Amino acid sequence: MAKKIPEINASSMADISFLLLIFFLVTTSMDVNQGLARRLPAPIPPDAKVEDTDINKRNLFVVKINWENKLLVQGQELDVRQLRAKAKEFIANPEDKADMPKLYEEDFGQPFGTLKYTKEHVISVQNDAETQYQAYLEVQNELVRAYNELREECAQKYFHKSYNELDEEWQKKIQKIYPQKISEAEPKNYGGK
Amino acid sequence: MAKIRRNDKREMPALNTSSLPDIIFMLLFFFMSVTSMKEVNFKVHFTNPQATELTKLEKKSLVRYIYVGTPTAEFRKQYGAETRIQLDDAFADAKEVGDYIINERSSMKESDQGLMTVSIKADKETKMGIIADIKQELRRAYALKINYAATQRTSY
Repeated sequence: MAKKIPEINASSMADISFLLLIFFLVTTSMDVNQGLARRLPAPIPPDAKVEDTDINKRNLFVVKINWENKLLVQGQELDVRQLRAKAKEFIANPEDKADMPKLYEEDFGQPFGTLKYTKEHVISVQNDAETQYQAYLEVQNELVRAYNELREECAQKYFHKSYNELDEEWQKKIQKIYPQKISEAEPKNYGGK
Repeated sequence: MAKIRRNDKREMPALNTSSLPDIIFMLLFFFMSVTSMKEVNFKVHFTNPQATELTKLEKKSLVRYIYVGTPTAEFRKQYGAETRIQLDDAFADAKEVGDYIINERSSMKESDQGLMTVSIKADKETKMGIIADIKQELRRAYALKINYAATQRTSY
């Protein structure tokens, strides 16, 4: 009788292949499209008169970026890393300073109670035509981050939860307390014809 | 009753191929997952800037891309090394952006038109002048939802 070679037991092959598949699925970082989401202001109709927007000076936070990618924040030279702290202080104005936005009291209901917030503040970003995109995006990023951090702090304070974990209803409320108001100036042609 | 016939010669047992489909499927899934479909052939070269507060672009069918960068080596002779805009598969002028977006939007489902997002994929060295032009065009075309493509920054 011929010697019979036993067949290899292949029933575990499927398991091994699935294991490999799952391993690769987990370790492969897919190239996801992500970015900084912003909203542009609606266009001004050509026949509309440019109105002088009446913004109280104390409500305005001006960030200028020059061609050397240097920042001028409220008339002061500043590093981009310090921008966030400064923006946060401006948005919240916890000490009710005279040169920071006016505080309004409003009842937000439970669990917030009556809060003081700066509903009229505006952050204005102005850049030069020679400014680098990276520098511009960094400024935008820091400003968005300032808002996100304030919202996160608020969520932690009242709900002991992360902002992202909250219900939409509460997120809306917090958004109302810290409304994101980043305005971009109409591009000006400095020294142009 | 048939008698089981035995061959006298020694024979290799047939290789069991029942797991082959599994392996093939595994490979298939692997390649499916790692391949990110290229939207277009890039004619401009760009490196995304870095940021931290990123959001993911969810529905791909609602996103249109605008690429801004310097022409790649093969096009440099023809178009120079200046920053250019690429829409779909062709170079374009900043003035064409608005019409392109309006066109693209009209080809979408009506219910989706308001949800269109424009992703600006620009090189980090780009001058803001050209970006400002694009933004003005997008405003003219009422494409107000935009997204500056960026990669996650891990540290300063």
